[in-house]
Amino acid sequence: MRINIQHQITCAFDSPIPSLIQILRLTPRTYDGQFVRRWQIDVDIDAVLKAREDSFGNITHVLTLAGPFTELTIAVDGEVETQDTHGVVAGAQEPFPTRLYLRETPLTHPGAGLAAFAQDIAGEGSLLDRLHALLIGIHERVDVDTAATKAPAMSTAAEAFVLRRGVCQDLAHIFIACARSLGIPARYISGYMFGDADESRRDASHGWAEAFVDGLGWVGFDAANCICATDAYVRVSVGLDYFGAAPIRAVHNGAAAERRTIAVAVGAASVGQAQEQHQT
Amino acid sequence: MAFDEMYTAEGEIRPAYVGVAKWMAAVAPEQLERRRAEAELLYRRGGITFAVYGDTQGEERIIPHDIVPRVLSSDEWSRLAKGLEQRVRALNMFLADIYGPRNVLKAGIVPEDLIWRNPAFRPEMVGLRVPHGIFVHIAGIDIVRIDANEFYVLEDNARTPSGVSYMLGGREISIRLMSDLFATHRVAPIENYPDQLLDTLRSVAPRGANGDPVVALLTPGQFNSAYYEHSFLADKMGVELVEGRDLFVRDEVVYMRTTEGPRRVDVIYRRIDDDFLDPLTFRQDSALGVPGLFSAYAAGNVTLANAIGTGAADDKDIYSYVPEIIRFLLSEEPILKNVPTWRCREPKDLGYVLDHLAELVVKEVHGSGGYGMLVGPQASREEIATFAARVKARPEGYIAQPTLALSTCPTFVESGVAPRHVDLRPFVLSGANGIRIVPGGLTRVALRQGSLVVNSSQGGGTKDTWVIEC
Repeated sequence: MRINIQHQITCAFDSPIPSLIQILRLTPRTYDGQFVRRWQIDVDIDAVLKAREDSFGNITHVLTLAGPFTELTIAVDGEVETQDTHGVVAGAQEPFPTRLYLRETPLTHPGAGLAAFAQDIAGEGSLLDRLHALLIGIHERVDVDTAATKAPAMSTAAEAFVLRRGVCQDLAHIFIACARSLGIPARYISGYMFGDADESRRDASHGWAEAFVDGLGWVGFDAANCICATDAYVRVSVGLDYFGAAPIRAVHNGAAAERRTIAVAVGAASVGQAQEQHQT
Repeated sequence: MAFDEMYTAEGEIRPAYVGVAKWMAAVAPEQLERRRAEAELLYRRGGITFAVYGDTQGEERIIPHDIVPRVLSSDEWSRLAKGLEQRVRALNMFLADIYGPRNVLKAGIVPEDLIWRNPAFRPEMVGLRVPHGIFVHIAGIDIVRIDANEFYVLEDNARTPSGVSYMLGGREISIRLMSDLFATHRVAPIENYPDQLLDTLRSVAPRGANGDPVVALLTPGQFNSAYYEHSFLADKMGVELVEGRDLFVRDEVVYMRTTEGPRRVDVIYRRIDDDFLDPLTFRQDSALGVPGLFSAYAAGNVTLANAIGTGAADDKDIYSYVPEIIRFLLSEEPILKNVPTWRCREPKDLGYVLDHLAELVVKEVHGSGGYGMLVGPQASREEIATFAARVKARPEGYIAQPTLALSTCPTFVESGVAPRHVDLRPFVLSGANGIRIVPGGLTRVALRQGSLVVNSSQGGGTKDTWVIEC
């Protein structure tokens, strides 16, 4: 599938801020299942964007801006061709051994509750069966909050699990925490999702999980939509949790209140028409 | 029976202590008490205090300084120094390896999960080249002695070891208050430590820095328990003492805000933990760090001392592998011994530990400062039972060691001069021009009779350490 992505992030500040530094993980890479035809990041203020690769193989940009300014828009525009690999990721750059992805992070610490839930729900079957059982179990148990109220995921997996609701990041964290507690390497993926025509799934800047299955490799699991990743998914960055893969890492200093608005248009390239804008 | 550093089993005075013994025989107890009081006053005036975590009040408390010096002969020291040099060389090579080619893992010297799942291991550092390949610029290696011939490493401290200001403060007290005794010995100097530290820091400046690199000391601020040491060292080195908010990053270069405008910083001696260094890469909620610092570091535009992620070399699990690491990476036999260590994450070891808690010392793998440890022989039955439950619940979090009879030194206590258990923390500096160690280090003494815990947070004191020709 050829997918067009326009992603606009506008940060507006209550009072002028003198300078700003952010780290962007907004650039996808090409691998077997995904070909990046074109990709561009524009910032509407004179800015320096330094490209680097982090240790996970993500392309990062350090954005440094000298102010003062009150509003900033980062615009991403690109086109990616994807193939349906039934969620299996092949040919991507893998600088770490899979066992690294058993590390716990503060956001993905399972606690006794999640570990017991994972044990209970995953059952006995094959590794893939257990992961699917986990996917379904989490989706049934935790409501997906599409209101996108809190931009950076700040709840931990355990907190969201107790609340029984969360945004896509939270569900991904719960999946990751459960998988790791079962001894299955798992990680966080940040990217984009092309929605369904009937809008049961809407276009979005999205987050989901991958788990490592011996013999297959990394497989994408989207607990928010209860499916394995398809060719409607564009993988952008990988991390141990949201913080490691976040599209934007910024400091929220108390000096000036910040409002961030995000608009995403993901469309099939042939249609070329922006659909409803949304973020999960 | 603990090894007495002053007397042999036959009651003879060991050569290094002949002068001290003579002096002790001649000095009146009131005189000793007066000097102790003066020393305490000197410390208070100097402001050497050390906040102890866990105190409900959080008030500053003075660490008691014992005026009777601990003496090592230059022969003993040179043997020890060779071992320290070797150990720190190995720790640096180990870190370069786990963040690089991972040969120690491929060869099975260290189990992979001890690295990949180690919270002190920083995946962000993988593949990053640190200036001159040095990770641990300042190491504090805790040494204990149990007989005349052997020094054992008790613990490696490769993150932000503290205590050097007590080492220097203790020497100042010896010179000022113990001049009669000091003058009769040829004590190797340590006062040049700040110069050597500065030299070491400047030597590891990024290759792009100009000939006169700018060094700054980054502190978490005055509420940190070691703030005094931070300001003391910055002052002695003549470098700026900065907090996170005094620094900023622009275009992957670190600058310091000064009254004359921004000034580029080449080397940061940071006394802030990894987690708090940069909210854009590590803990998002850190207000102590510098946003973007890691990107400047990754770009090779600033040196951090110590490097990020050095904690992967000094936890108590990795510790137990250091002798093997030395053999593998250096092709040398370890000069300093390790204390035998049971790894509770290994079922066989765990069984042994749980059966022998009453005789062992059990420590948290990632603990420090003497917190969260069990000294079996001195623990009550309840304490042992509580601890056993903790170890069973999370065995991978603990290691155990035999209760060592740490050596003793004469120490001035209420009942007069009596032997008390000691350890030693030498400070090892690694720079582009090699490894340097000022002779001696910080001697910590367990002031309570029979106590084996020397940590200042647990009621330990300090002593000046003299390395003498004898």
